[in-house]
Formats: sequence, structure tokens, C-alpha cells
Amino acid sequence: MAQSNLALSAQPGAQAYADAGDDAARFGPRGIGARLLRNEDARFLAGHGEYLADLNLYGTMEVAFFRSPIAHGRIRSIEIPEEVRSRVFLLSDLGDVRPVRAVLNAPGFRGSDFPPLADGVVRFVGEPIAMCIAPTRAEAEDIAQQIFVDFEELPVVTDMLKAADGSAPSIHDGWPDNVCFVSTPGNGDMAQAERAAVVTIERDLHMHRQCVVSLEGRGVLAHHDRRLDELVVYSSTQQPHIIRTVLAPLIGVEENKLRVVAPDVGGGFGVKNNLQAEEIAIAALARIVDHPVRWIEDRREHLTASPQAREHHYRMKLHADAQGRILGLESEVIVDAGAYSIWPWSCAMEANMSAGIMPGPYRMDAYRGRGITVMSNKPPLGPYRGVGRPGACFALERMMDELARAVGREPHEVRIDNMVLPGQMPFLTIAGKLYDSGDFPESVRRAAEMVDVPGVRAQQKDNGKDGLYIGLGWASYTEQTAHGTNEWLSRNLTEVFGYEAATARFTPDGKLILEVAIQNHGQGLETTLAQVAATELGVDPADVVVRHGDTAVSPYGLGTFASRSMVMAGGAVGRAAQMLAEKVKRIGAHFLQTTADKVTLEDGAVVHGPRRVPLSEVARAAFRHAQDLPPGEEPGLSVTTTFQPESGTGAFSYATHAVVVCVDANTGLVKILDYVIVHDCGTIVNPMIVDGQIQGGLAQGIGNALLEESPYDETGQPLASTFLDYLLPGFTEVPSARISHIVSPSPFTRYGIKGMGEGGAIGAPAAIVNAVNDALHGLGVEINETPVTPRRILKAIERAAKGDRP
Amino acid sequence: MKPAPFDYVRPRDLGEAVAALSEFEWGARVLAGGQSLVPMLNLRLSPVLRLVDISGLEELRGVEEDPEGVTFGACVRHGEFEDGQVPDPARGMMHHVAGRIAYRAVRNRGTIGGSLSLADPSADWITVVMALGASFVIRGAAGERRVAGSDMFLGPYSTALGEHDILAAIRVPKLGRSARWGYYKIIRKAGEYPMTTASVVLDPDRGRSSVVLGTVNRGPLEMARMAAGMQGAGTWSAQLEGNLREAIRLDLETAGRDQDSCEMKLCETTLLRAAQSALVQ
Repeated sequence: MAQSNLALSAQPGAQAYADAGDDAARFGPRGIGARLLRNEDARFLAGHGEYLADLNLYGTMEVAFFRSPIAHGRIRSIEIPEEVRSRVFLLSDLGDVRPVRAVLNAPGFRGSDFPPLADGVVRFVGEPIAMCIAPTRAEAEDIAQQIFVDFEELPVVTDMLKAADGSAPSIHDGWPDNVCFVSTPGNGDMAQAERAAVVTIERDLHMHRQCVVSLEGRGVLAHHDRRLDELVVYSSTQQPHIIRTVLAPLIGVEENKLRVVAPDVGGGFGVKNNLQAEEIAIAALARIVDHPVRWIEDRREHLTASPQAREHHYRMKLHADAQGRILGLESEVIVDAGAYSIWPWSCAMEANMSAGIMPGPYRMDAYRGRGITVMSNKPPLGPYRGVGRPGACFALERMMDELARAVGREPHEVRIDNMVLPGQMPFLTIAGKLYDSGDFPESVRRAAEMVDVPGVRAQQKDNGKDGLYIGLGWASYTEQTAHGTNEWLSRNLTEVFGYEAATARFTPDGKLILEVAIQNHGQGLETTLAQVAATELGVDPADVVVRHGDTAVSPYGLGTFASRSMVMAGGAVGRAAQMLAEKVKRIGAHFLQTTADKVTLEDGAVVHGPRRVPLSEVARAAFRHAQDLPPGEEPGLSVTTTFQPESGTGAFSYATHAVVVCVDANTGLVKILDYVIVHDCGTIVNPMIVDGQIQGGLAQGIGNALLEESPYDETGQPLASTFLDYLLPGFTEVPSARISHIVSPSPFTRYGIKGMGEGGAIGAPAAIVNAVNDALHGLGVEINETPVTPRRILKAIERAAKGDRP
Repeated sequence: MKPAPFDYVRPRDLGEAVAALSEFEWGARVLAGGQSLVPMLNLRLSPVLRLVDISGLEELRGVEEDPEGVTFGACVRHGEFEDGQVPDPARGMMHHVAGRIAYRAVRNRGTIGGSLSLADPSADWITVVMALGASFVIRGAAGERRVAGSDMFLGPYSTALGEHDILAAIRVPKLGRSARWGYYKIIRKAGEYPMTTASVVLDPDRGRSSVVLGTVNRGPLEMARMAAGMQGAGTWSAQLEGNLREAIRLDLETAGRDQDSCEMKLCETTLLRAAQSALVQ
């Protein structure tokens, strides 16, 4: 286990975990905290995962979508050659299918419909218009190529600033402009802050649009099971239960006749965390044909027609005193949410989240935020690892570096001075977020030590030699995770993701099965949930079966997103396993002729002093020989229960990133020399998985900072539709971060666990762009957009050399 | 992203291959390693009526070495240069360049002839073979002909190959004992296409020096003034660098390369670094 935080015992709720350094004593040798290899790797590393394309159902026909080639237009007519007409399906061919309408329950929110196939108008390049079916995908594409659509082209909106100021024509009928929603979080006396300010920093910043790239694209297979009279929908999704609930009424099927299965899912990152138009279309199609139908998203569809991410524009104003102590923050974020609102998050999620989390780990007396969601003729925006926060962190942390420069201090010292202190926890931020625990300044102090600030500053004396420039960049952030009922209600979502459910049950041979409603797609949950059960039941986690991702195998639950599964499903598994343990102990104690309070569960047995009853004996009695049970004990060994954190506002992880880069002023290329992350996610369930999540998030953050961008031309055509144009970081672009942990267990969650799936991606864009700016500051360069491409760097150097300020 | 239907022919020899191409006025394409052509087929970018698969033709996989040079069959793979399975007439330059083409999976299948026939301006081989003074053996309906390097590449994706021609072999003369070379490319991500490439070859024994620049959207460019400036250069110096900068500027100007400042900078950096690496070898 990592270093424990000595300040911990001063925090509310932390006493129970004051001995955080010794997990084995508290949680068992192979329980929570153990460094275990992953159970699921046996199949993944052998190539035995079963993904959507691996399913082999007799008679399956493959689907190719005919998608809009233009960004905005009214369909005048669709010509389909007669010989293929029976294999082409338009919206009008699908019978009763309703569009998705993803809204917020908030005054002023403008709703719009997102039909599964175009309903007379198309609003982005790649919008599905028709489905073509054939025995192979190539033949289905041949059919799609024969379709001709006559469009009346409509004005195209691609510039979010014009969409925001009302100068662009509205893309949705009945809307006066393209502004969907404006949120205005904030508190405090800004006039007072302005009066008291010695320094005021103002900047515009921009984070460009990105794709969300999972190794496996999206995909859907659906068929009607005649025996059960059930529609079965396999989808590469992160949330099968929720998909069933919302899909059922849209296609006129009852939930008890609809099964949704997520097989092995090859990465999600949020792009599979929505109800997809293609899911509705394929499910609707399966109702009216007599064979299975399948769509497998190809890479071009993935890059151009999947939900995309980011595209934020910030206008920031930071007021501070002469020491750099923040007095007030004004921020406006405009988000280009694309053409449609995605269920269940709505198109306003990104802007609202960014504006809500903006003050970050800092104390301030006044905050005035504004989150503006605008629509455009681009693919809809959906969640992507970090949701809103990489942009917010980028904007604020860039400002923090500029503030430090303005007051002539080291950026990390200014951060430390402004941070919420451990003694103030739990702390209600100026934006209304309740931070549960942690020592934010310590994360900066430790990172400063690890990265060796004086050493880097000394190296920088050689900046300019051979055109090379070294820079040090910082980013600190908080990561709201596992938010419960209160948070979702406060966001006005139509769905409230406040809990998770689990069943823990033994089989008659004494082996354990966990059935959970989350979906494991790379998070290691088949291992970590087993570790939780091991903590409560003394079983070997390698021997525990974890079943998930199927509405037919687990109780109802909400899915894997928002860094919630370990806290929520872990809590539910913990509760179910604990309740099951009580019964196992009663039965075992009966065998051992003692009472349940005198026995423990260890190594797969009920133990009382030197004597032990194996779980297989307990299970035998419970399932097959009820005569051996204690009087009045019910047969069976199965518990289903739920878990909700004590606070519905979430458990906040946090971290400080420090990165040293070298910028080559003759090429504009950025090389990462050192990357340090000091991270706190409370109780760590599996240290290797936690470090893997941080490193994986960092990889995507590096993509955001340096490589990934999905530009559109003024006619709304995507300019990055293959990996030739959309660059992802690879092995050689992602250094191994040096990671250190602080452990401040959450007082609100079972075992003190905090979610931590997104942080790596949140901090990296800010830290890297700060480092580039630190490197090039001597040349008069300032860059406030991502990604920092060679072209942007070279152009900025050129502008600075001409004396133009950014 | 699956290809439209096409006819597929696997000829037994080069003559049959040319005949198979000639049966179509247009739209028949030669398939060698397939590393560019197959993705293009999948994207349905342009209609392809027939693929003539030459990857199994042994006569295109041969390598002949003589005292003056080496003739490589067009279907020799990048990986064979990388692994030293074929002789390197360029004193290590071809080995060096091959090992940095895309990813190993691409190098296992991609061929030197396929890459040169496509003439993607940002691909690695073009500037190298031009700087080495290679010539090309082309087989067409009218028989075999030879084309010099400078006449081979006409622009981006444009070569001296006719619709029914197949590049059969690449003849690379041997560098002299005192020859030096440099290769540099600027890439945003290891394995991806470069933004710019440059090859420098200085061969005093043969009285020859050559510098060739490759960019993304223009054909390869022979940098005559820069090559002249390199001739006889001993070691790298600030004065030499200054002279070369001026030569580069004039070469680009003469060629009408009115690139924007950013592209100019990348070209200059690439050329200077290739030149420098040739001199410090």
C-alpha cells in the first residue's frame, strides 16, 4: 500500500481508517488493498474475449448505415433501386419508433428530438438515414452506395461563437437561436473582489473538438428469441439496464420482454455510455425481420458519427491580491454540443459540469460562472473521460500559472497558498460542491519535491541552446466521483444514478458468484469486486466469478460511468457479502458447536480456534441438506442488496500533476521528459489497477494536449476521418508517470473508497500546455489552446518574434 | 469500410501481369504489399475494377549485386532492408531508412516498389532513391524500359508509370568508400507519415552530391544549391549552416515553393538536420 497520510486522523470520519497503512490486517491478505493480477486477463491476454463481432448467431445479416454526406439539409427525395428496396430500411419502414428527447428538468432548457434515422432533415455529416442489410458488410455497403438522396441544402453552423451570439441561423425548428441552455453557478461578492484585486488576469482559451476513441468501436446485434418471446439486444454498451429501460418504450416493447446484453466491451471511455441512435434502429429492425441483424461500427464511423467530446471556449477573469491569493473568479464557458442532445446526459452536461467544477481545489470569496451550451451541425457531444473537467482544469490552471507569473512567484507556491486545507474538510466550495476529505497542498508539495523544482529551473538556464527549451508545468484538480442522488438531482437530470445493486450467492459446492449491474470494460472490476468479497467472506478472489453487463443475470442497476463502479458496486458487493457472511457464520458456528460471534471467515472456511468448517460444507447444508442447518435457518445462500453512499454529492479524488517538457523551437515538437503525479483516491482496492487507470488516463490526456483534434471545415465536413488525420498517442508518446499516493479515505463511502477512473485525463492537458508555455515564455510566447500542435507552436513563436502579443 | 467488388488476378509471371493490366483501359491496379492500396480500397476512394496481385512473383523478389550497384526486385519488403537480408549499396542508408518506415507490421508486407509506384510524397523511400541516383526498370506492354530517378517522380502520386506499366526493379548505384549520407524526417508520432523528409548523399569518389526534400503535398524536390553547398564540406560549422540556410531559401524560391512560414521552417529544419547528420557520421 502507498504512503498513508498522517494528517488523516484529523479528518471527520477518518478515524476508522487511521491505520490506513495496514490493509492486510483490516481487509484480509487477498482482500481490499492487495496487489493482485487481474482475473479477466486470462481470457483477454489469450485472445479469448468475446466481443460483439465475435458473436456467431445463425442467419445474422450485417447492417451498413447510409449516412448523410452533408451537414445540414432537408431531404427532398430518396431514390433506392427497386432490386434492393426490400433490403433498405428508412425510418418510415420501421413502424412505430419514437425519437429520443434528452432534456434537463430545468427552466429554460430547450429540447429537441433525435430520431434514430433521419426524419426529413439531417443535421450533421454521418447522421444515419437508412439501414442496408446483406449477408456481409461489404455487400451491405454496395447497397448503400446505390442510394441517392436529393437534399435541399440548409445553412451550416460550425462556429460556436456565432452560435452563441445569435448571429447563426437556428438548426432546430422553433428555436430563436442555437443556444440550448445557460447555467449560472456562483456565489459571493464579485464587486468586492474586483475592488480589492491588485492583479486581474484575463484570457480567452480554447480546447478543440476531439473524438472518443475506444479500441473496439460501437456495435449492436439484435434478434427475437421465439421461445421466450423476448427481444435480445447485444450492445457494446457501458450500461445495459438503463439502455433496456429507455429503449423499451421507444420501440414499443415491454421491459420484461427485452433483454440487453453487453458482451466483452473493448473500451468505452464514455462513448458507449449513451443511448445510441444505432441501438434504437437495430433493435427496431430486429422486430420486423425474421433473422438476427448486426451493425459493427467501422473506424470511419467511429471518428465521424460517434458522439464526440470537448470543444470548449473559455473567457476567464481572475482577481487576486499582490501575493496571488485568489479573491474572485469570473468564467464563461461556451460548449459546441453538436446537432443533438444525447440521452440521458443532455447536450448541456459538458458546459454545466465545467462551470460547476471550475473553482477546483481553491478557496475564493467570489465565483461567477456561466456555462453556455450551443448547437451546431456537427456530431452530438457525449461524455468522454473527464467530462467537462479537462477543459475546466485547463482553463483555470492556465490562469493560475499566469497569475503566478504576474505576482512573480513559483506557480506551485501560489497553488499551495490558495488550496482548501485538510483541516477545513469536509469543505463546501463556492460553487456548492462538498469536498469530503484530503490534503490538497500536500499533493503539490510532494510533487514539487519529486520533480525537483530547483533542478529544473537550473536546467532552464540553457534554454535556447540548439533551439531547445525546457519547461515545467503544473495542474491540480479535484475529481468528483460516484456522485449519488443529490448530485444528479441538482443537475436536473431526468435519471438519478444514486445507487448500485449486487447479488452475492454461493453455488452448492461452496463457490461464490457475484452478479452486478455495472459493466467491466477494462477497469478490472472482475478482480476488484472479488477482492471486496474476499474481504467480507475470506474467499480466494481468484476463485470468485463476477457476472455483469446483462439484464438477465443481475439485479437492476445503473452501469459503469462517472468513476462510480468501485464505490457503488463495490459498496453493494460489500454489503451483500457481509450479509451473506453473517448467515455463513451462523451455519458454520452451528457445525462447530459455538456461536456466530465467536467464528471468523478465513481461507474458504468458517474458523473457530483450531477447528474449521469449509465453505463447501456450509453450502452443502444450505442447498442440499437442510436438516443440518441451525433451527429456524432458511435454506439457500444468496443475498441481493443495494448500496448508496452516505452523501449523494460524491467522493472527491484529487491530484497534482507536474511535467517537464522539452520544446524544439525548430520543429514545434514537444517531448515529455518527466511526469509526476501525486494522487489521492482514498482507500486503494488494487494498487496496480489504480496506477494503470492513472497511466491510461494520462495517455488520453497527452492526446488531448498534443495530438488529438477533430476539425470541421465551414461546410461541416469532418477533416479527420481516419487515423491518418486523427493522431492518437502510442507507446512511444506516453512516458511512464512517476506516481505517488496520499490515502485519505472518504467518510461517505464503504471502506473509504473514492472513484478514480478519469483523473489522468483531467490534469494532463493543463499541465502539458503550462509546461510548453513555461518553456517558451522567454521568447514571448503564450499558447492557450489544445492540442499544442507543431503548427500552433511555430506560429506562436513567429508571432512573438514579430512582437505580436497573443 | 469494406471494398466494392473487384476482379482479382494472380499472374504467373511479369508478362502475364502486364497483360492482365492491359485488359482494362483504366481501373486495373497492381497489388504488391497492399499497405496503402488495401486501406484505399476499403475507403472506396476510387473505383478499382481489377487487382493484379504480383506479390507471389519470384522474379520481382530477386536481388542482384555487381561491382557498380545493386538491383532490387520491386517486391523486396522494407523489413528485408531493415533486417540486413539484402545488400545495402548505400553504406547503411537504406537499412537505416527502412527500419523507420511506419510500423514493423507495415514493414513486414510493404514493398519498396509498391511505395515508389504510389509516390506518396511524404513516404520515406522517394527522397532516398532520388538522392542515391537510382534508376528504375519498368515493364509495360511495349517491353522493358529504364527511367532515371529525376524523370520518375512527376508530383504527388504521379510517376512515369503508365496505366499498364509495372515497376519491376530499382537499380541503386554503390556509394564510394568516402561517401556520407544523412536522413531526417519530422514526425508528430512514431510510425505515422512524416510532415517533411530529407535525404543528403555526399559521394566525393563519384563527384556527386545530392539533397532531396520531401513534403506532404508537393512532389520531391532536388535542392541543387544546397547540394552544391555541401560538396566538399568537411565538418559542420556555423558558417556552413548560414550558407546552407541561404541555399535552401534560394532553392525553394526557385522552385516556386511559396509555402507558409511554418512549412518553410519545417523544411529548413529537416534539410539542415539531414545535412548535419551526414557530416557528423
